[in-house]
Amino acid sequence: MSYIVSIGKYVGMIKGVFSKPERFKVYYTRTLTEIETIGINSAGIVAILSVFMGAVISLQTASNMDSPLLPKYTIGYITRSSTILEFSPTIISLILAGKVGSNIASEVGTMRVTEQIDALEIMGVNSLSFLVLPKVIAAVFFFPFLIICSMGLSIIGGYYAVTLSGLASHEEFTFGIRAFFKTSDITYALIKTCVFAFIIVTVSSYYGYFTKGGALDVGKSSTQAVVWSSIVILLTNFILTQLILM
Amino acid sequence: MIEVKDINKSFGDNHVLHDFSAEFEAGQVNLIIGQSGQGKSVLTKCIVGLMEVDSGSVLYNGRDFSKMKRKERKEIRTEIGMLFQGSALFDSMTVEENIMFPLKMFTKMSKKEMQERADFCLDRVNLKGRNKLLPAELSGGMMKRVAIARAISMKPKYLFCDEPNSGLDPSTSILIDNLIQEITYEYGMTTVVITHDMNSVIEIGDHIVFIHNGRNWWQGTKEEIIKTDNQEIIDFVYASKFMKSLKGKLA
Repeated sequence: MSYIVSIGKYVGMIKGVFSKPERFKVYYTRTLTEIETIGINSAGIVAILSVFMGAVISLQTASNMDSPLLPKYTIGYITRSSTILEFSPTIISLILAGKVGSNIASEVGTMRVTEQIDALEIMGVNSLSFLVLPKVIAAVFFFPFLIICSMGLSIIGGYYAVTLSGLASHEEFTFGIRAFFKTSDITYALIKTCVFAFIIVTVSSYYGYFTKGGALDVGKSSTQAVVWSSIVILLTNFILTQLILM
Repeated sequence: MIEVKDINKSFGDNHVLHDFSAEFEAGQVNLIIGQSGQGKSVLTKCIVGLMEVDSGSVLYNGRDFSKMKRKERKEIRTEIGMLFQGSALFDSMTVEENIMFPLKMFTKMSKKEMQERADFCLDRVNLKGRNKLLPAELSGGMMKRVAIARAISMKPKYLFCDEPNSGLDPSTSILIDNLIQEITYEYGMTTVVITHDMNSVIEIGDHIVFIHNGRNWWQGTKEEIIKTDNQEIIDFVYASKFMKSLKGKLA
């Protein structure tokens, strides 16, 4: 029963988020700030993770290729496909759910318990739209750039891992990267990323916005935001894969 | 003027406000006093619309706020200033940005005009030149004064103060009380202050409402509250040893 109530509250919150903003200029400035806070400030961790993720994928692929019938370019092919289709959009989104999601939930939650949200409401500001909409726009528009960078860095990480360790040559790996390439894979990955970005921001904002109590409850909201964002991302990933690829 | 008519508010089985009625006149400092847990904060939240009433009405100069839709309420909200217990300043904004925030959202003032208004409001609360400080860099008393400056930046018709003296030393409390009284008279606002502080009652209370068990138990002036023989009020007013020592002298 409580899950149904929560879903109802979440849907009500989304309706509030997309109501007409009071002052577009203020929202524009806030969106730019949010791009920096939740987008650009996440670039470092995304870059580090992506390079090592690509390196590990390619090394594991190479180490599991025992059959001499499998050509070496398969390493590049599998690295590219798994990175573009799954690892960059899903795993990086899960990492962002941890970093960005907890940040959003604790920021909004603190504003709730310190009555800053009440102050906004008293002034006549639609607090949901003011606080959450710029974050949604920033994440939905900027996360795809992060994921594209992540794809590139993963493949570079994989390239250096296998070429420097001598498991495949430069020609073999680059041939594999280009083999059987479908642009629809990128489209699929970016659609997923936009959906995941929306989930991360709205689910985290939901837990922050409806925080009750004090500092301890802000911490709990932050944890719940990360847990539920991750669960919803995984569930949505399964549904989107069925819908788009199957 | 704010009229509260037969307000009821419950949380499950907990009936917090019972047919509460009161009138808060313009140009006066109206105090809502009472022990903890009697419904003062719930009453204020119902009056400003942060909570919906179960029944009854709240009228701002005859306009029924409780029956209005969100969009209609916006107009009245821009006429309301509120000083929260914890100040509720926006952490990420400087003092000046906090004061300019409602102006940015609801007026078409130029940046220069907004800065001039912020300077005026800061000067009014004796914080001239503190424009660029962040809330974290301010003391409790300064935060309250910035919150007052933000509340008056839009020249409100109604000012609500939720325990403005909590956490402040006696001299700063008097400073805040005097400031609230001065701006109320200066702008002719309808000011409603929730307080436990008997100093505030004696210093600034023009009209006092004593809330007990969610009901308007008693109302009157500060002169009347000192002379009343109502036992609940006597228990509240003379709870401290200091006030007991003044009993009789005050009257």
